[in-house]
Amino acid sequence: MSSTTLSENDAAAGAARQVIQPAWVRVVHWINAAAMIVMILSGWQIYNASPLFDFQFSRAITLGGWLGGGLLWHFAAMWVLMLNGLVYLAVGFATGRFRRKLWPITPSGVVTDLARAATFRLSHADLTTYNYVQKLLYAGIILVGILAVLSGLSIWKPVQFQTLTALFGGYDTARYVHFFAMAAIVGFLVIHVVLAVLVPKSLRAMILGR
Amino acid sequence: MLRIKSLLIPGVDKTLLVKDAARLMPDLTRRRFLSGGASLGALTLLTGCDVIDGASAENLLAKVSKFNDAVQAAIFDPNTLAPTYSEKDITRPFPFNAYYSLDEAPEIDGKDWALEVSGLVDSKKSWTLAELTQLPEVGQITRHICVEGWSAIGSWSGVRLSDFLKLVGADTNAKYVWFRCADDYTSPIDMPTALHPQTQMTLKYDGQILPRAYGYPMKIRIPTKLGFKNPKYVVAMEVTNDYKGGYWEDQGYNSFSGL
Repeated sequence: MSSTTLSENDAAAGAARQVIQPAWVRVVHWINAAAMIVMILSGWQIYNASPLFDFQFSRAITLGGWLGGGLLWHFAAMWVLMLNGLVYLAVGFATGRFRRKLWPITPSGVVTDLARAATFRLSHADLTTYNYVQKLLYAGIILVGILAVLSGLSIWKPVQFQTLTALFGGYDTARYVHFFAMAAIVGFLVIHVVLAVLVPKSLRAMILGR
Repeated sequence: MLRIKSLLIPGVDKTLLVKDAARLMPDLTRRRFLSGGASLGALTLLTGCDVIDGASAENLLAKVSKFNDAVQAAIFDPNTLAPTYSEKDITRPFPFNAYYSLDEAPEIDGKDWALEVSGLVDSKKSWTLAELTQLPEVGQITRHICVEGWSAIGSWSGVRLSDFLKLVGADTNAKYVWFRCADDYTSPIDMPTALHPQTQMTLKYDGQILPRAYGYPMKIRIPTKLGFKNPKYVVAMEVTNDYKGGYWEDQGYNSFSGL
């Protein structure tokens, strides 16, 4: 009887000690969050100079004050985002974290978990493993991030990187791709933040590691 | 009134004091890098900087922009040509773009006009329009990309700038070719870009004499640079090692602004 209690305590202590988000993930995550927000808000400033659609972003939520300022912020945060992103991808692949956490993604798993999420039965109790919806969203947002950077490079340097620009269907199309990549990232961000607030343990894990 | 007077220290010149204070203030019309963004600045980049002090953020951003100049100069391949297009791709009408309206654009009499050439060149003689039109002409249909993000395809012809620089015996090891325009617009171009085969002293648009809207009598057309680095109504060029700044560059646009 007493031995059972002891081993249960041990298991509980072990779980508490278990690091859910290693230090490198947390550092890269928060640098990415800051760089992304600067990129998005300064990007809205740049968008407003020549809007692609019939709307502009309110001045209150843009960064930089005017086009020149927006460009300076955008092209400064670009380096932070790119270097940080490369570190994330390199370490993510090297440590096997991507394979462990995000693979495999099966269509049936996604459908089952989506149905459970829609009926509020999708559990976030175990933060060490991602459900299929999370796997799909996290893998997807990595790909969208890469798409945003590549389409961004193709509108920044449409002459020097003209092959890349051509792959996106030319300069004008690349601008739309860049915009939709931003929109997808903002959409992800909204869901991501709402869920982090609903499951405070996950936010705690991303700050403290466990 | 009395209270304000009592606040002034005797012996301090009020006019000079106001001047000094004004110099410390950012130009509110254009240099508003931080409005609405000071708290966001705190999130990133500014570790160690006083975020309330907009000047330190501006300095940091200006430094990164200089670093970006260097990166772009390294990326720039003098042999890479900007994509060219066919007649049917030309944007009609090609947009007029300036920081003023078309009726405020300079009206230049081509007969009186002469291009002033100065700096590190062997021949500092001025060039009339008639003399420039005698030089070999090249044409290109390329995309003009504005810093604002829009773009338009146009057809320009004129004298290759590299040919002209050779003709006047320019020191091609100098760092910049600096242009001055009739509307007081200025812009420096790095020498490798000035020597790029598509960089052109444009005298014609779409086969016709360059219209006033597009910079009569001469514009510098550079398809490897953003639009604002394509000065119109050019009246003078100087080959120089000094960075002399430019109309938009001085307000914070990246100076290299390569494509």
